[in-house]
Amino acid sequence: MKNKDERIGGRMSRVDAQLKVTGAAKYFAEFEVPNLVYGVLVPSTITKGTIKSLDTKKAESAPGVLAVLSYLNAPKTPAYQTDEPSKTSSGRGPGMKAFHDNKVYFNGQPIAMVVANTFERATYAASLVTAQYEKSSHQTELKSNLDKGITPKSKSLQDYQRGKKDAYQTAPVKIEAEYIQPTEVHNPMELHGILAQWEGPDKITVYAKTQGVKMTQQVIADTFKIPKENVSVHSQFVGGAFGMSLRVWPHEIATILAAQKVQRPVKLVITRDQMFTIAGYRPHTHQKVGIGANKDGKFVGISHWANVQNSNYEEFTEATVGMTRFLYRSPNVNTTYRVVPLDICTPIPMRGPGEATGAFALESAIDELSYALNMDPIDLRMKNYPEKDPEQDLPWSSNHVREAYQLGADKIGWSNRPKEPRSKKENGMWIGYGMATGTFGAHRREATARAQLKADGTLLIQSAASDIGPGTGTAMVQIAAEVMGMPADQIKFELGETAFPYAPIQGGSATVASVGSAVHEACMALRQQLVELSGNALKKAKVDTLVYEEGRVRSPTDRSASIAYTEILKRNNLPMLEVTKEAKPGEEGKKFAMYSFSVHFVKVHVHPTTGVVRVKHAVAVADAGTIVNHKTASSQMMGGAVGGIGMALQEEAVIDHRYGRYINNDLANYHVPVNADIPDIDVLFVDKKDPYINPMGAKGLGEIAIIGMAPAIANAVYNATGKRIRELPITPDKLI
Amino acid sequence: MKTSKKTIENEARRDFLKQSSVLSALVLSPEKAIKDPNWDEKIAAPFEKVPLKLEINGVKHTLNVEPRTTLLDLLREQLHLTGTKKGCDYGQCGACTVHSDGQRINSCLTLAVTEEGKKITTIEGLAKGDTLHPMQEAFVKHDGFQCGYCTPGQIMSAVACIREGHANSEDEIREYMSGNICRCGAYPNIVDAIMDVKKGGQTV
Repeated sequence: MKNKDERIGGRMSRVDAQLKVTGAAKYFAEFEVPNLVYGVLVPSTITKGTIKSLDTKKAESAPGVLAVLSYLNAPKTPAYQTDEPSKTSSGRGPGMKAFHDNKVYFNGQPIAMVVANTFERATYAASLVTAQYEKSSHQTELKSNLDKGITPKSKSLQDYQRGKKDAYQTAPVKIEAEYIQPTEVHNPMELHGILAQWEGPDKITVYAKTQGVKMTQQVIADTFKIPKENVSVHSQFVGGAFGMSLRVWPHEIATILAAQKVQRPVKLVITRDQMFTIAGYRPHTHQKVGIGANKDGKFVGISHWANVQNSNYEEFTEATVGMTRFLYRSPNVNTTYRVVPLDICTPIPMRGPGEATGAFALESAIDELSYALNMDPIDLRMKNYPEKDPEQDLPWSSNHVREAYQLGADKIGWSNRPKEPRSKKENGMWIGYGMATGTFGAHRREATARAQLKADGTLLIQSAASDIGPGTGTAMVQIAAEVMGMPADQIKFELGETAFPYAPIQGGSATVASVGSAVHEACMALRQQLVELSGNALKKAKVDTLVYEEGRVRSPTDRSASIAYTEILKRNNLPMLEVTKEAKPGEEGKKFAMYSFSVHFVKVHVHPTTGVVRVKHAVAVADAGTIVNHKTASSQMMGGAVGGIGMALQEEAVIDHRYGRYINNDLANYHVPVNADIPDIDVLFVDKKDPYINPMGAKGLGEIAIIGMAPAIANAVYNATGKRIRELPITPDKLI
Repeated sequence: MKTSKKTIENEARRDFLKQSSVLSALVLSPEKAIKDPNWDEKIAAPFEKVPLKLEINGVKHTLNVEPRTTLLDLLREQLHLTGTKKGCDYGQCGACTVHSDGQRINSCLTLAVTEEGKKITTIEGLAKGDTLHPMQEAFVKHDGFQCGYCTPGQIMSAVACIREGHANSEDEIREYMSGNICRCGAYPNIVDAIMDVKKGGQTV
């Protein structure tokens, strides 16, 4: 019998759930490797300058210490001798050369690594390393350096103009406001690091916390100038990442160098405070939005400027102003993006990169405009819905955002929203409702899957994909179960190994669309082969008219003309049937504008005296095409909403600019949402297949889950209190 | 009974060997030990370590540990019980939650030597053979996790939350589970899982 939960659209529990709830799932730091030793980093204590001298003697003579690695004695990295650091592996490589010279680019930059035979000994010895510096003056503050913004090299973030520049200024009703996003840190629960081992003079094995084993492999191969095949990367389980593992960080290369130096496997697990300083963040961003409309609400023009925190040694950009160009119909739009180089680590995409920040500005401004026009914010958005993408002038592959507005409004009880701000109380609290839209490109990349149908009737599929938490393996098993007509427990999907066929990074909400398509095509190819091997009766029929069910293929008309897959293999004396299929996007991206959409609704309570904001109910609606697994997809949307609550109300990494150093870099002082901060969250899906993007019709979900949540809360806070907070997080001090 | 006695190899000669306590130990050492090329390390090691007896998941362990070793690092790095996770090492995230004589504790804030004679239960000791603990079943059913890294700590905390009598309402669960951070944001599902077990009335 067919179990619908195991097929596309089902609610199957995760295939790796048992391993995760029993503690058997192994993350990178948990592999037992003989002769393993431990690396601990020594951070710089200045923000900018050079190291004059490094005293490692005490550390070197401490018990158990094998080496103290620094620019003074680290093995020479082949690529560092020639290439510019940022050119390694097209931006996925470490932008800074680990232990290459005595330069200090930011506070907390690793200047040495102590390697010892126990973690405790390495930690103690690292405290014995001292450095003398030649200090230079530093700049870490965005606000006082806004005038130093430069136009990035990135093609997609050049100044954009459609129609007249700053046309909003001429509109009868207009809003012009500045919005500030503080630095946010990914802080996945698993600490970053790597376990590295040299298997020979040109052969490296690593256990990594990565969002792409093939990406990590390529970077290591390029850095050490060894054949790609000689680099093995293992990363089956990743304890969250949210973007921070989309590149190889300098401390990973440093660990490989340490392993080379001591000729033993070295494990580095960085500390929670180092998670703030050396492994990326969502950049602090100052934005300005100008938006103008006619009295009927039709937009006249939108202008969006963003000044984004960046490091001083490489360029990072994200699509902060991207959605402003296409989310609404407006004849006149211009956007400007500048990077502001500062003496800090380089940012890295954090869930809903750019768009989450941009949506806070754009979707807050539209809410402000709705009050100026005395219009319902949903009506205002509906009024400016673009029938096609105004930026690329292409039809949408699918866009059901209007249906999403309706679903969410009904669920949250939008009709209860006070028309006047600061006009309604419930249990002594001001109550307010807010909503906002999110969008992110529905991407698809090239991917390959290998499928092996075995004589015992089981199916093994392998692809070098990652699973940082969304449930990739589960979705892949469901896609295979759907195509093959097999029970899920006979299908296994393996990922996270460089030995498997190519899969792209798990980033930009593209895994189901990319790897799912490869799994789909591999299974379709298997079906074809099975039919060809099945004998004359079925061969005459067209492959896609046949029915594939319960591990058998049969004629659509004659139920008795059926044969089991295992029987086909047996008759042909085959121990196994194997296919490897590459799946690529076609021309659809040139014909259609492909985006996922989300709409977030919230109801908040604001304490009239203390200004404490509590989200009482949240509704997240997604237009993400076909939902492969409703259980895991719902969790993903819920998780994004939780991240959005953190972004809106709690999260801010603070630097003391006198020293250029973070002052709240731990989980007691950098507040992320805990269980008591989170209300009931309802997740709704439009669940309509996108006809063009891929065989499943699935668009991405990971990013849109968070994009729009923060402005929905800010808008609800305004509705509750009449106070417009334009600087996140919305902490009580800003409301009293 | 498992025993773990790690020999220390290839280490630098230590300053404190000059200290009188070690020298007097040397005087008392048999001649054979002194001829060993690593004799100084072997004699010095016991002075840095203290004996520790504790029971983990029903297995008695006789160990020698450095006093500065945390229970978390002992579990993960020496006993290879890696189900217990390190999320912050400062007692701020709850990923390292284990039971000590039935009480939930942060194993990263607990020096192993302070657990002398205690019974420790980790996530690996919760299921009965292949039969999952009801809380593990409920986490699977309600999808109480995504990446899975905070999950062992959440489950150990959730079991204790019910045992303590702190699972009488959703709000109470939210409050008493707030020491366990889940960055993937599975909180609503975690609350559902705990409510389900609580209502099911099974012994936890």
